[in-house]
Amino acid sequence: MPDQLIYAIEVFFNGLMAGVLYALVALGFVLIYKASGIFNYAQGVMALFAAMTLVGVMEGQVPFAHLINAVLGTKVHHFGWHLPALVGIVSTVLVMVVLAWLVQRVIFKHLVGQEPIILFMATIGLAYFMEGLGDMMWGSEIKKLDVGLPQGINLWIDEATYNIFDYGFFIDNLDIVATIIAITLVGSLVIFAQYTKEGRAMRAVADDHQAALSVGVSLNFIWIMVWSVAGFVALVAGIMWGTKSGVQFSLSLIALKALPVLMLGGFTSIPGAIVGGLIIGVGEKLFEFLVGPLIGGATENWFAYVLALLLLVFRPQGLFGEKIIERV
Amino acid sequence: MKKKLLSAVIAGFMAATPVMAELTFSALSYRTGAYGNNGIPFADGYLDYFTLLQERDGGIGGESIRVIECETAYNTEKGVECYEATKGEGVLSYSPLSTGITYQLIPKATADGIALHTMGYGRTSAKNGQIFRNVFNFPANYWDGASVGIKHLLDINNGDIKGKKVALVYHNSAYGKEPIRTLEELSKKHGYELMLLPVDHPGQEQKSQWLQIRREKPDYVLMWGWGVMNPVAIQEAVNIRYPMENFIGVWWSGSENDVLPAGDKATGYKALAFHAVNSDFPIFDDIKKYVVDTGKAAGAGDQVGTVLYNRGMYNAMLITEAARKAQEIAGKSNISQADMIKGFEALEMTDARMEELGLGGFGPSFSVSCENHGGDGMVAVAQWDAGAAKWSIVSDFQASDMSVIQPLIDEDSGAFAAENNLSPNCS
Repeated sequence: MPDQLIYAIEVFFNGLMAGVLYALVALGFVLIYKASGIFNYAQGVMALFAAMTLVGVMEGQVPFAHLINAVLGTKVHHFGWHLPALVGIVSTVLVMVVLAWLVQRVIFKHLVGQEPIILFMATIGLAYFMEGLGDMMWGSEIKKLDVGLPQGINLWIDEATYNIFDYGFFIDNLDIVATIIAITLVGSLVIFAQYTKEGRAMRAVADDHQAALSVGVSLNFIWIMVWSVAGFVALVAGIMWGTKSGVQFSLSLIALKALPVLMLGGFTSIPGAIVGGLIIGVGEKLFEFLVGPLIGGATENWFAYVLALLLLVFRPQGLFGEKIIERV
Repeated sequence: MKKKLLSAVIAGFMAATPVMAELTFSALSYRTGAYGNNGIPFADGYLDYFTLLQERDGGIGGESIRVIECETAYNTEKGVECYEATKGEGVLSYSPLSTGITYQLIPKATADGIALHTMGYGRTSAKNGQIFRNVFNFPANYWDGASVGIKHLLDINNGDIKGKKVALVYHNSAYGKEPIRTLEELSKKHGYELMLLPVDHPGQEQKSQWLQIRREKPDYVLMWGWGVMNPVAIQEAVNIRYPMENFIGVWWSGSENDVLPAGDKATGYKALAFHAVNSDFPIFDDIKKYVVDTGKAAGAGDQVGTVLYNRGMYNAMLITEAARKAQEIAGKSNISQADMIKGFEALEMTDARMEELGLGGFGPSFSVSCENHGGDGMVAVAQWDAGAAKWSIVSDFQASDMSVIQPLIDEDSGAFAAENNLSPNCS
């Protein structure tokens, strides 16, 4: 087999793995959009905030330490404990649930029935608020995140492919773990949405707020639940990306990677987020591999958007999105 | 009557109060945004040094110091806004802390007659002071960095890197592209093959670039990165098991922030440096005593002695030394913007002066002149030890290869002069 083809196969599989990571971010957007029609600009910042909280809790950091020390003249920084990852994750999920409750009580409860653009603007405000809150609570320095996930080349795949192709493929162990987690997450969410009472209520709210209210569905509860689940998905994305790069502000920019995925997969489809992510991941990696060297490289950021735009021309609702027909 | 009385009191008060002049400096810092976690320690070091001089010495040459901090978020438009908003305050010198902002400010500051000091970044050909009359980029610039990086490879290969493959992983921006021309020229001279790998902002995803490195197996990888691009690149290098001692970053890719996320496996990673990378200097005792312990530190005081804090402090020190030189030349303490440019141009940092400042051995000695605004371009190589969690300088400071760099400087500054109708001038 020609070398270029072997390399292309390796790039293809790495693209699939990258796509799963993009899809993890896109999932959070889909959940909130599906249930409330809100495009949550703050989803990327939620991933950052969740990851910062996880590190802070695990390392026993005192929240708002700098503020407390500046006001009270104290020198407190750490509680002195190091918690296991599981305890940290559970604690962070609780924090994200409290955050969801606050977001609903303080912001969206007062915006029921408002135009989508108003709701979108509110999420922009929320994103900036959370950026500042995260920095004040946990500090803005880069943090190492280690929840025990394996990283680095998978030696079994390396060896197996070497025996076949005389060239060992590089697949990152972290990407394999991310794929397993993403499949589990999507499966659970689909089952939840289709077969549970709360899931069906969530879909009812997504279809029509007023109709859902009229049959006794609590809008308040559903929105808090959805924002909590989106917070959990943000935590998972934050762990995966934060393990790679450390926890720092740029984590919030991964939302930029989710946008073309959403355009491609549709804003309302959970499986669409996954398929969109995979197409974007594979598409951008193969394009960079095949065409990048001819045009100077660094094509991935823009190519993802070009791919999504091309699809929009033919299918504006995305591959799996709902086609909305409105009477005028 | 009341009005007259009030006027008389105010007039009397004004007459009795001595004129309190101030030396005003700017701090175009970034504590927010994608690069904030690197901008914070730099800004803290920069501001803390001014605070130290104010608290310990009462300012510079008897004049109080005023520093106007403006947040740029490492954004060129915001940086230009900061400049426009503060230039009327009599600012003596700007340090834009961004190559993009520097390129925008060069024509503006030149028209306004205000000094720009771009230490280790910015437009490299500004070293030619005959064209860039008010822009200074001492003690080292990107082309010095590229050259000393290659010199280091020559040193560890017995002077011969012919046929070797060197990859440059770079931030796909004006900053990241700066060393390319120099590395291309050096490849002609030394016979190595150059491989270019751009990474788009912010650099969170670099799988394609590192798969290519794994396939093509360059002997050495150089990196011109910033922000999240650095730790991701180092982690990816660890993942593909690239030998860390063959991976060398520029000084903006060589702080604790860049290596800590990769953990123990980052040991051996190298970075270029134009100043010391640890805290074993008497100046830090003074900073602790007069700034941190008195609650006057710009930040939480927990960054003192880190690489980027040191760089910010070094930057402020060079500016204040130029201000002292300006006071000496002008024969007065209350210097003007024009005096400050003369001070920069006559700056001489000797080992003896560094000792006096509590910074003996912190950086190499160098001098600035009208013709040479870039100093001597002395650069060393530092190496990370994850076990000890510290950087150490592992080579001597050595000068860049001016036989390659000078023609490039002449060419680029000549093009700028032609575009702007300038002629070389040192009068």
